[in-house]
Amino acid sequence: MRYVFTLILLMSATLAGAADWEDQQVFNPGDGRQVLRVISNTDTSVFLPILEGYLAKNPDVSIAYFVASSQEVYERFRNAPEQFDLVISSAMDLQLKLVNDGFAQRVENVPHPSWAQWRESLFGFTREPAAIVINRDAFSGLAIPRSRQELIEILRAHPDRFRARAGTYDIRQSGLGYLFATQDARASETYWRLMEVMGSLQARLYCCSGDMIDDLASGKLAVSYNVLESYVSARTDIPETIQVILPSDFPTTMMRTVFVAREAPSFQQAIDFVKYLSATTLRGPDLDRFALPALGMGANLGAQSTITLDPGLMIFLDDLKRRTFIAEWENAVIQ
Amino acid sequence: MITLIGGAAILTVVLFLVVRSFSAQIAQQSQDNVLGASARSILDAAVIRDGQVEVDFPYASFSMLSTPSDDRIFYVIYQDDKVLSGYHDLPLPTLLDDPDTKFLTNSYLDETVRQAVVSRQLVGAGLRTRITVSVAQTQENFAGTLARISRNALIFGAGFFCLSLLLALWTTSATIGPLRRLANSVAQRGPKDLRPIAKPVPSEMAPLVSSLNTLMGRLGQSLNQSEEFIAEAAHRVRTPLATVRSHAEATLHRVDKEDNRNALKAMIRAIDESSRAAGQLLDHAMITFRADHLERHEVDFAALVDDVIDRLNPIAEMKDVEFTTRGDRPIIVSGDPILLQNAVRNLIDNALKYSPSESEIAVELRAAPSPRLILQDQGPGFVPEEIETLSMRFTRGRNAQGTVGSGLGLAIAQDVAMAHGGALVLENRKEEGACVTFSL
Repeated sequence: MRYVFTLILLMSATLAGAADWEDQQVFNPGDGRQVLRVISNTDTSVFLPILEGYLAKNPDVSIAYFVASSQEVYERFRNAPEQFDLVISSAMDLQLKLVNDGFAQRVENVPHPSWAQWRESLFGFTREPAAIVINRDAFSGLAIPRSRQELIEILRAHPDRFRARAGTYDIRQSGLGYLFATQDARASETYWRLMEVMGSLQARLYCCSGDMIDDLASGKLAVSYNVLESYVSARTDIPETIQVILPSDFPTTMMRTVFVAREAPSFQQAIDFVKYLSATTLRGPDLDRFALPALGMGANLGAQSTITLDPGLMIFLDDLKRRTFIAEWENAVIQ
Repeated sequence: MITLIGGAAILTVVLFLVVRSFSAQIAQQSQDNVLGASARSILDAAVIRDGQVEVDFPYASFSMLSTPSDDRIFYVIYQDDKVLSGYHDLPLPTLLDDPDTKFLTNSYLDETVRQAVVSRQLVGAGLRTRITVSVAQTQENFAGTLARISRNALIFGAGFFCLSLLLALWTTSATIGPLRRLANSVAQRGPKDLRPIAKPVPSEMAPLVSSLNTLMGRLGQSLNQSEEFIAEAAHRVRTPLATVRSHAEATLHRVDKEDNRNALKAMIRAIDESSRAAGQLLDHAMITFRADHLERHEVDFAALVDDVIDRLNPIAEMKDVEFTTRGDRPIIVSGDPILLQNAVRNLIDNALKYSPSESEIAVELRAAPSPRLILQDQGPGFVPEEIETLSMRFTRGRNAQGTVGSGLGLAIAQDVAMAHGGALVLENRKEEGACVTFSL
């Protein structure tokens, strides 16, 4: 264990400013081993089974795993692309922009479905819907909302019960929150009405799904919007009054994506990792290790269509567009 | 043939290049159309609000650029000379005041990109500004499309080439085939077969065949005329000769002076020779005519030979020459009895002429392998160098001096043998004398 700490310290010193990572760990450390450096916005605990599965097959590789928010993953990688081998993030738009701007290298001949990849570089490996999550205690005597529209009606009808007890992403901080917000806004005007209602209830804003789930569990929040369903399912420390609702009007489902950095020092290991990840999520032998919703073989896509990997994703990353969108969002939410 | 294939190859290459460049133009144009639409959709979204330029461009501006090859997209939005948003270092041409969308091929981030540039004047309250939008896209899909089109054009071209090749082969064989058949049928004809060509030929060759037929007709006519002329001439010569001979013989009886008698004898000899030649010319003309239109009857060849020997026996007895006849009999053959008789007479006559006194002529008849007559005499035989040429018309052997002859006997026998599908073979016997085999 001491080795691990020393190594972490060493690595931290070399990595850009040894900045404050949410988490950073080295797995399977050892002298002379090729180090695969992964920058990710996925919690270590969630991703651990996959890392272990890969290491079991490649015992002579060690993995340095760095966790940051999706926006930070984007910025830190963009500022020092040569310091990482693999980039994993749930912010599909930011990932697509990095690939578009030439930061990725191709991984050829991966039998990955075409709808879940872009340029043979960016590979989606999970399918995670955004959900309405409620604490049933706060809904006693009320019908459980099944769609955004019903949620709006309930919130409007009971402003006192939900004042300061509704939560959602602060899209200015969270890349994933911004992606969900823009995709919702594309799909329906309902999103704006919901934001206005939440704004009028002095909604709480969060940077991350984890904090929102914590507050739901403690009862501080009665309802939160656009929480990752997978994060709730992965938690074992929450009361059973927490209920996940997949909105029936339209689903917003994102794919967690991975790409190999163009200047990856350990590109061979990175490519192997991508292939392992693709095989696993497509019902490979290690699927039971997968703590995240696997891609499956393109089954029931109609019911749960994902945000598509296409250049349109970059629209909302445009400075002007982002400024306009955030201004509109602030108008609605912050009152 | 080579010309046809070469022509097809050149056509194929030209076709390939034309199709490829044409398709490349179309593919480039379709990429340009989408790029232009994308740039204009961004430009159209530009508005001035509260003195500030806002560009709230739609999602479709970029998603319409989605290609199967997932081409990369770059864009930049300028307000006058200031970058509002997008990729700051995207190269941009100096813009003139032109409402049309401009397209150019550029290099950006180590990639070849196709770029659309469009510009518009915005007028707001107290603000007059020019917005320029450029959208660029890598050309991987375009390259893929081009490669696919090239491959298809190549396959198409190859198919076209093969088809042309087959057509060329077909055309050539259709043209050459009848020509070759015609040449064969002319080559296989007998030396005297001058009938017109009746086989059907392609209409293109009809003039050739008809002029060939005319030529053969004229040739046949002129041959006939000369045969007729010879027969007529011989006939006209023979009758007066017979008259002259009888006068000469009558005179011989009346003349006593030895010198005059000798002169008359020489005269009679010369007359004999001339009338014999005239007779053989007549025979030959008749044989030539009959050989062309052979009339076949069932004939006993052995009886025919016996008959000829009987007729010539008086002359043989005068020379003390004896015939010894042996062999198969009867020998039934299918042939023209007059021709056969003529040929056999000529041959036996020849043998008699060259046989010395008190000698023997062996006549042998055989039915197998084909009907044949073998004559062996005890004369001087043939001069070996002359055997090949003796049976040609008017050719006489060097050792024939002193004998009466026209040089037509062997030629007549050979013509008859050939008309019946046989041959005349001349040999020298091992001991002494000549051996003539006349087979049918």
